[in-house]
Amino acid sequence: MERPLTRNIRPDGEPLELKEYERAGGYQAIRKALQKMTPDEVTELVKDSNLRGRGGAGFPTGTKWAALPPKEKSTRPRYLIVDADEMEPGAFKDRILMEGDPHQLLEGMILAAYAADTELAYIFLRCEYTRSARCLAKAIAEACRNNYLGKNILGSGFNLELHLHISAGRYICGEGTALTNSLEGRRAVPSHRFPRQTDSGLWGKPTLMNNVETLCNIPHIINNGAEWFKSLGRSKDGGTKIYGVSGKVKTPGAWELPMGTPMREILEEYAGGMRSGLNFRGVLPGGASTDFLVEDHLDVPMDFDSVRKAGSRLGTGTMIVLDDQTCPVGMVHNLERFFAQESCGWCTPCREGLPWTAKVLNAMEEGQGQAGDLEVLEFHTRALGPGRTFCALAPGAMEPLESALKFFREDFERHITEKRCPWR
Amino acid sequence: MLTEEIKRKIEAEIETCPNTQCACIEALQIVQQQYGWISDEGLKAIAQFLDMTVDELDSIATFYNRIYRQPVGRHVILICSSVSCWIMGFEGVSDYLMQRLGVGLGETTSDGRFTLLPVQCLGACDHAPAMMIDDELYWDLDRQKIDTLLERHK
Repeated sequence: MERPLTRNIRPDGEPLELKEYERAGGYQAIRKALQKMTPDEVTELVKDSNLRGRGGAGFPTGTKWAALPPKEKSTRPRYLIVDADEMEPGAFKDRILMEGDPHQLLEGMILAAYAADTELAYIFLRCEYTRSARCLAKAIAEACRNNYLGKNILGSGFNLELHLHISAGRYICGEGTALTNSLEGRRAVPSHRFPRQTDSGLWGKPTLMNNVETLCNIPHIINNGAEWFKSLGRSKDGGTKIYGVSGKVKTPGAWELPMGTPMREILEEYAGGMRSGLNFRGVLPGGASTDFLVEDHLDVPMDFDSVRKAGSRLGTGTMIVLDDQTCPVGMVHNLERFFAQESCGWCTPCREGLPWTAKVLNAMEEGQGQAGDLEVLEFHTRALGPGRTFCALAPGAMEPLESALKFFREDFERHITEKRCPWR
Repeated sequence: MLTEEIKRKIEAEIETCPNTQCACIEALQIVQQQYGWISDEGLKAIAQFLDMTVDELDSIATFYNRIYRQPVGRHVILICSSVSCWIMGFEGVSDYLMQRLGVGLGETTSDGRFTLLPVQCLGACDHAPAMMIDDELYWDLDRQKIDTLLERHK
């Protein structure tokens, strides 16, 4: 099984230095692209590979790159932003890539910047990732010294300046337009989705934004081709995916596996199954803002379309497992409290609705649940659903709640009728 | 409030962007690194330096979780309160820390040694429960490990 993204990562996670990365074949993709391919050819190759964004939405990467305005008619400068603000509860995949093999991300960035003809790039990193920041800062300095960044890269005439921005911390920065506002030195509230960021993003200029894992795939696609990339996957999405498992399984962790590996295989073969004495009850397949799936769904292939068909989202591919001795209402309360705290407050349904759901769930946990609470929660899943709010934060927050009400309804009812949390 | 060194650092950030406001988050971080938190006096000095109004800068400073507008202890403990850590024992860890330090979440010990804060997912879900002390991440926490860590931070 090929593991292009993680093959260089040492078991102890110590980062690869430049020389080691080069010895492992690193920065060959840049030489190939800058010397033998036009920017459009790079974009075409990425399009052909069918790579889909690994930040959670699964948007085709090549299509996004091609959406930037034609180079000759474009306003300048154009920007590339790497979204390294990994704050989705349950997600820890980008941290592994940035700490273990930082040059791989830089090479992917340089290739994306070349294809999109951007001259300035930012890495937007969350502040708690201090080790990632140290690894990236060192890698950037090494890349600058060796002319992989800066002016006239490897004699190609292509220039790229790269800045590392350390965020001051807010989950909403994962929303693209909010991230842009934050980089401009504002409150990270979302803006209108139109015009698209590719036309008018950072400081009103054409801006391309990609996730860390997405960009780490690019050097391998350039080196090995679109057909090779597609052949890595077990579904039509192609490539590999870094899947993670947390919760009360025997061996929590993260593994790079073919895209479309069935959930059961990941949970049982890699995560070792449930800890002894515990049974599986459900899973959030792609982080906190995805719908619960249950035992009936265990054979779902973990790719974007299959998980969507099963009623949830692949999201970040990092699964959070619920066991039968953990209270599902308590778990959902923890999630809704998180979303309530992280609502930016820009639009009313999210600002007011999320604290209300958290309060209702807290009351249930405290034994003060009332008849009608479930209807109140269900009302919120509609009132904060898609199309009712400015961005995807509140609809994302409603996904675990709505699905929990469906799959674990009896548990909610018991909290109300027994006037206590049955797990305490 | 703004020493020459701080001004130099902020100016270096301004150089990377088209206006002065876009360096305001970095400026807050630079001043916080020096003084531990952002006082009203510090806020005013930064606003003046960046040609922003104090209110506008405060609206930004208070928006972000990791800009402190109140004094914090010599060491800041960030306990992950998100879902994976919650499943794996966040409540036990936070209860133990509160008991050991004699403070609640969001409070600072009377000797000014520790501030205890809950934090959003630290991305260490496969080694939950996790926390940070200052800039370092610690995971697979139990009481013994917490005792050792507290001992190490005077």
